[in-house]
Order: sequence, then structure tokens, then C-alpha cells
Amino acid sequence: MSIPYQLILTFISGGIICVIAQLLIDLTRLTPARILVLYVSVGVLIYAVGAFDPMKDIFGAGVTVPLIGFGANIAKGVREAVEKEGLLGALTGGLTASSAGITAALLCGLFASVLFKTKSKRM
Amino acid sequence: MDSKVKKELIKKHSPSSSLFKNSLLAFFFGGLICVIGELLLMLYSHLGCDEKTAGILVTVTLIFIAAILTALGIFDKIARHAGAGTLVPVTGFSNAVVSEAMDSKSEGYVLGVGAKIYTVAGPVILYGILSGFVYGVIYYIYTLVEGMKL
Amino acid sequence: MRRITKLRTPIHFDSWAAVGGYEERRGPLGEKFDFCDISDKFGQSTWEIAEAEMGRVALNTALSKSGMSHDRIELLVAGDLQNQCVASSTGLSSFGIPFLGVYGACSTCTESLMTLCSFIDSSEHMTIGAAVTTSHNSAAERQFRTPIEYGGQRAPTAQWTSTAAGAFILGRGEGEVQITEYMPGRIVDGSTSDGANMGGAMAFAAFDSLQAYFEESGEEIRNFDCIVTGDLGKVGSDILRELLAKSISGAERIHTDCGLLLYDFKKQDVHSGASGCGTSASVLACHFLPMLKEGKIRNILFMSTGALMSPSSLLQGENIYGIAPLIRIENMKGSE
Repeated sequence: MSIPYQLILTFISGGIICVIAQLLIDLTRLTPARILVLYVSVGVLIYAVGAFDPMKDIFGAGVTVPLIGFGANIAKGVREAVEKEGLLGALTGGLTASSAGITAALLCGLFASVLFKTKSKRM
Repeated sequence: MDSKVKKELIKKHSPSSSLFKNSLLAFFFGGLICVIGELLLMLYSHLGCDEKTAGILVTVTLIFIAAILTALGIFDKIARHAGAGTLVPVTGFSNAVVSEAMDSKSEGYVLGVGAKIYTVAGPVILYGILSGFVYGVIYYIYTLVEGMKL
Repeated sequence: MRRITKLRTPIHFDSWAAVGGYEERRGPLGEKFDFCDISDKFGQSTWEIAEAEMGRVALNTALSKSGMSHDRIELLVAGDLQNQCVASSTGLSSFGIPFLGVYGACSTCTESLMTLCSFIDSSEHMTIGAAVTTSHNSAAERQFRTPIEYGGQRAPTAQWTSTAAGAFILGRGEGEVQITEYMPGRIVDGSTSDGANMGGAMAFAAFDSLQAYFEESGEEIRNFDCIVTGDLGKVGSDILRELLAKSISGAERIHTDCGLLLYDFKKQDVHSGASGCGTSASVLACHFLPMLKEGKIRNILFMSTGALMSPSSLLQGENIYGIAPLIRIENMKGSE
């Protein structure tokens, strides 16, 4: 697949996933925090039914960068851990697979709070 | 005046969000962030990372960029227009964590930053882990059943 | 049940002051504020203390305009939006004036003026008191909504909590601008649990108060120049005007709302309007009282409108209740 073609597919798929969330927020008054929770869980579900890897092959970052990718990553980690360690993997796989993202976000948050100050909101 | 009449009056006079404009902006910004992610993925693969490492590095890079933009007070100005376009990519997760941390600094690093950093991150992690756990148990049972068949 | 109290002793506005922040300075009333800090920080390190300092500056400004020393003030009635009204107690502690903290959400300005009037009216010795009301956008966002740097979208019905304070010094005796009547509001179910639509929730309380006032007083609309509500914004004002047009004909034409006056709807991305208890306090101080003093308007009904709720009650899906206490303010010059 050529690079421009891949980028167009990424753009469209990522855009559509965000539009669905936008419509959920505007039409159902679902709060943003609930959208994030929903998307992570949906990501797990999509991976569980085996649809995520084929989607990833076509759309690339268009499906891995939205939070459903975060969820799919958890599911993938759980699956691999269950295959290796049995039932114990259901407890260890999820956090292991998502540890890089969580750790990066938490550390960024901590450093930002040390180094920066909030500015008042402007209209 | 009964509650039904009031509800109708409120509904009648409350403008709704501009669905078309909001959706268009969410599509554009969401797509753009994913394209940046794809370009980063290509870059890291080009530099010799394997697929898994490159994927993790993309996530971490986007989290870092969103954190910097949040710290400089730029993220919320973009997100005001982008809506779900910045919320749904991993940038929204990063912004939620970093903004909570910065905001609660005045209440101390332990019960301020330390506790409130999880206000939005906590639910995402909790229900991600829950879904993963449920899937893990089902998958384990599935492997047992498959094993018995053989 | 009689609800309107006519003051037995005349009580006048001795002086007043309005203090604001960056967006308030940019608004159409910006020039009329006594002081605006465009950093919104008032030299403090936290937003909560910035709000406290803003209240202190407002009272100091009002004092210096009246040429009075703070030790002549016999009672201070003040309130704000922070938990336990801590902005008022922190900011005003240094004056050493006997203090009453009041909470009426965004109705605090009218509530505090009313309380102060009642004290002066019934006391044998009290002649001078002060009322202060503050709200700060950043402190309110932190307490009620999301972190300041959080990237979210505001609903079209959402209002902008003003960074503003109003301080008033009331004195016993006749003066140019007097409070002549007051009427406490009733708690009215707003029939919505949407925290981003407080104007809609409060409109019914404003209507309830106006209906009660005109019914009991028998006054005619033509005796008034303005009916002023606190922070109904666009949504709430539209609802109130529709209700008024049906039952108190003519009232909808003289209605105006502080939440619609504070910001420029074309220049500023304000959505439904301003909110926060500092809105009605600062607009009364920098807009209506000067106009009353100059005789441009002579007789107004002033109702700050409050949305009674807490972050927990919103999360629990409880309805927002509204309240609209009312005072009548008149220019007394040449009224005979």
C-alpha cells in the first residue's frame, strides 16, 4: 500500500471514530469521561470478537490512536498472558500491556504539575 | 406550573449544539491526530523498531505532545473547537490526566496531585481492566473447551 | 401570606464598587468597573485566594469612595460560591467588622443587601453596613466543573461564571438612591438536572417572585423603568419573557438581565451569558446604581437569581432548584 493511500485511510477511519463520539456527546449528553470509558471497553470487545487486527492492518493508526486502540491493547495483552500463564493471565495481562501509556501519562502529569502553573480560562 | 410544562419550556428555548460543524471539526482534528500517529509509526519502523515497540512509542509520543500542549495552556483552546477530535485519541486521556494534576497542585502533591490525577484516568483504567479481565476469563474457558475437544 | 416588606426607615446606598477580571474588562461594561485585574490573579498564588482578595479590594474601593474608615461599618454581610463561603471569610477577615456569611448561590447579592437592610431597619443603633459578593471563574470551574486546562466543549446553553465582585455600603437615612422594599424568594423546582442549563432552571424562580410581587403589591408595570434579573442568560431570559408576556403583560418589555449585559456576545464566546454571583453584584454596582444616581432610571426591581445545587447533587441526578429574592431600588430625588 502506498504511503498517501495509507494516510488517507488513517485520516478517514480516525475521523469517523471521533465523529461517532461527537454525536454521542451532542445528541445523548453522554459526558466526555463516559465516552472514554465506553471507547476503551468497546476496544476490548472489538478485539475479543477478532475484528481488531484486520482493522489495524487496513487503517493503521486510525484505529490504534483512538482509545479503542488502548482497549484492544489491553485485550491483546490479556489473551497472550492467558495463553502463557492460564487463568492468572486474566489478572496480569491487561495492566502489563497498557503500562507504557499509563505510566507516561501519569509521569507527564506529575512533571507538568511541578513545572507549570494553570492560566485562567479565556473565552 | 407543573414539571412537564417547565421541561417543555426549557427545551423550547435551549439551542442545541451545531451537529454539522461539531462533527466536521471532530472529523478533521481526529483524523489529523491519527495521521500524525501513522507518520510517527512509519518513522519509528523506519528507524528499526519492531511493530510492538513502534506502537508503544507512538502512544507515548502523542501522550507527551498532548501533555506539553496542556501545560502551556494550548490544548484546551484547540479542544474547544475539536471536541471529540482531541478527546477520543489518546491525547484526550493525556490531557485529562495532566490538567487534573496541574489543577490540584495547590492542594499538595499527595492528596492533591496524587489523588486527583486519577479523576478521569481512573475510570478509563478501571473499566478497561474490567473488560480485559472478563475477556480473559471467557478466553480461558474457551481454550479449555477447545482443549477438551482435541 | 404577606411577603413584601416595606422598609420603615429609609436606607440608602452610600457608595459602591465593582471589581473584575480579564473578560469583564473586555466586556461592554469594562470601562465602568472600578478596577479589573487582567491576570485574574489579584497577586495571589491560588484562584481561591484570588477571589478572596478581589472581595477585599472591592470593599476597600467602596470605602475609599465613601471617604469612610472601615471601623465605622457595623455589620458586614457577604457571600461567594466557594465551599463554606471561605472566599468571603478569608478576604474580609482583616477588616475586623462583625460578619454574616450568606449563601444563595448566584442570588447572594440581593440576599446580602436584603439581610443588611433588615438588620439596619430593625436595629436601634446600627446606621452603616456593608455587603460584598464575589465569584471567580477559575475557582468555580475547579469546584463545579473540570480542571482549568481540561479540553472540553461547553454546551450552547452553558454560562460563563464571571470573575467579578460588587461591594456596597448602605447607610440609614435618606439618600439619592434608596432600597425601599424587599421580598425573599421561594425555592422553586427548575425541573432540570442539567448543570449546563442553569438559566433555564432559574427562570421559573424569577417568574414566581415577580408574580408574587405584582399580585401582593398591586403595582403597575408603568411605575418601573426596569425589571432586572441576575444571571438568567439567553435561555432563562427567553423563558421568563414568554411567561411574563402571558401573565404580567408589559413586564417582558422592561426586563433586562445582568448575565446579558456583562459580556459582548459578538466579541466574546460567552454562549448563553454570564453567571456567578459576582455578575449581578458587579453589574448593579457599575451599571444600574450609577444610572439610578444620575436619574436616567428612577425605579427598578432587582432580583439576583440563584441556582441551588452542589457538584454531588448534579452527579446524583437531582433537579436544580432556583431562587430569586427581590429588592426595589429607587431614585428619591424629586419624587414628591
